[in-house]
Amino acid sequence: MLYFIEQCLNGVQLGMLLFLLAAGLTLVFGIMDLVNLAHGSLYMVGAYFAATFAALTGSFVAGAALALVATLVVGMAVEVIAIRRLYGRDHLDHVLGTFGLILFFNELVRLIWGPAGMTLPLPAEMLTAVQVLPGIYYPAYRLVIILTTLAVAVLLYLLVMRTRIGMLIRAGASNREMVGALGINIKLLYTLVFGLGAALAGFAGLMQAPILTVQIGMGENILILAFVVIIIGGVGSIRGALVAAIFVGLVDTIGRAFLPDLLRAFLSDNAASTLGSSLSSMMIYMLMAAVLVVRPEGLFPASGR
Amino acid sequence: MTAPLNPRNAVVIAVLALLALLPVYCALAGNTFLLSLFTRIVILALAAVSLNLMMGFGGMVSFGHAVYLGIGGYVVGILAKEGVGSGFVQWPLALAVCGVFALAVGVLSLRTRGVYFIMITLAFAQMAYYVAGGLERYGGDDGLTINKRSAFGGAIDLANRTQFYYLCLALLLATVYLVWRLVNSRFGLVIQGVRSNERRMRAIGFPILRYKLVCFVISGVICGLAGVLLANHTHFISPAIMHWTRSGDLIVMAVLGGMGSVAGPVIGAVALLVLEEALSRVTEYWPIILGPLILLVVLYARGGIDAILARLGRG
Repeated sequence: MLYFIEQCLNGVQLGMLLFLLAAGLTLVFGIMDLVNLAHGSLYMVGAYFAATFAALTGSFVAGAALALVATLVVGMAVEVIAIRRLYGRDHLDHVLGTFGLILFFNELVRLIWGPAGMTLPLPAEMLTAVQVLPGIYYPAYRLVIILTTLAVAVLLYLLVMRTRIGMLIRAGASNREMVGALGINIKLLYTLVFGLGAALAGFAGLMQAPILTVQIGMGENILILAFVVIIIGGVGSIRGALVAAIFVGLVDTIGRAFLPDLLRAFLSDNAASTLGSSLSSMMIYMLMAAVLVVRPEGLFPASGR
Repeated sequence: MTAPLNPRNAVVIAVLALLALLPVYCALAGNTFLLSLFTRIVILALAAVSLNLMMGFGGMVSFGHAVYLGIGGYVVGILAKEGVGSGFVQWPLALAVCGVFALAVGVLSLRTRGVYFIMITLAFAQMAYYVAGGLERYGGDDGLTINKRSAFGGAIDLANRTQFYYLCLALLLATVYLVWRLVNSRFGLVIQGVRSNERRMRAIGFPILRYKLVCFVISGVICGLAGVLLANHTHFISPAIMHWTRSGDLIVMAVLGGMGSVAGPVIGAVALLVLEEALSRVTEYWPIILGPLILLVVLYARGGIDAILARLGRG
């Protein structure tokens, strides 16, 4: 039971990270109608920035803050230089163009930081375990991830639903020509939204950096997971992304933790552990296929599209 | 039928002549590396042609097409490991498995469209990727070495590099011809009609799902053949061949060459792989050049190399 609760927390933590990535993707898709495969590259860049700045400043928090700003700037630069020209093209062009960007970013990172990975050490006070429930200890840093991403989700909600910028974002999603006709600088708005998505991806990357190694291509597999999340949640819907992200995080983590044991009841040890590991990797894809078969537009399709 | 000599046909003829005469040069110069490179190019061109059938003509963008390379290869590899070395068993079985897989994936994924279709094909490819990684008996993530190429009982010796190359080339040409006949047949016209206006085709009374499904399956089976050849070529099969970036490479080939024509992906495959090879000699960091180049093609060269050549022809 203790193990189960711990795994649930891990699932929620993975889910919140996926939400950070998926929120940026789904914002960009919902508003600019752009499929951005290079989103994972921004996640990677955020992690590299954090590791570098943390080493330079000697402080995890300062490094993270600087990395966030840097990723925002990189995202906006990428939008102005390349992405802007892809709006209005069909999705195949988006897939291909941003696929080119992935190649570029992976090599650029190799050129700047070298082929070896980096590590981002945690401050000592985050290495302890916290008692979350009587008898249940959980690593402090993972709790920090859950809480900060939760805070970011709330901030994002407030930004989109309660501010003038957010109003423009929502208006842009439902009718971009009208927003432009009303005298809003739609180009600038798009650049800001893309930068916001990039910053969210960078944030996910830097939060994940101390748990995993910072390495080239780290964004690619998690990008696919984030796509699964937005497809399940319904493309363009932030609420859908949140629900689907936690759902996917839980299914993936709990599947990995318990499926091999479950299979062991029916199969030999060896077969159960190999079958279990590949089955649990597949589970979220099966989930996605099942959702799409039943509801081809995802669980919470964005209204008005 | 005589084709006029415009730049487009000239390039196709030049590429064909290059591919046909390459083994002669390699034999004279003793350059086995070049032959091996071009065997790979011909095989991947076959895969790109198959993708283009559904993507360029059918309007179905599959982001998981490399899965058929993997399935075709794994059938050969697994049979070889279990002691079945005959190509007469391996090849038809591989194609049949690809066909059944494509049928199942097609039935489910053709319910969706647009970006959802792109992602669901990707999801199925990822599933196959993880299944292959879990096949511990067949190497798991590390892959499986195939000791012997498929045996065809003396009819053709695949172990002979030159014969193998010509077999691949012949299969590529036969496929290009087949696909060309197909897209110009009634079936092909229906498929292209669906691409440009699905609702209208449905209103006319065509069972479009069935047409799309058949197109999807044919495309998967042809790509499976490429997988069979690739496994025979490299003597090796691993899940990496089904990674989503491989599927991305196939899309790049088709788009770079030009999705509007049957032979376009062949030119695209030759161009992309030769370019990769050339760039990798210039700098170790070659993708830093290739990536933006792909982006530029997407932005400024719609229709790919084929369209550029066609424009040149019109003057």
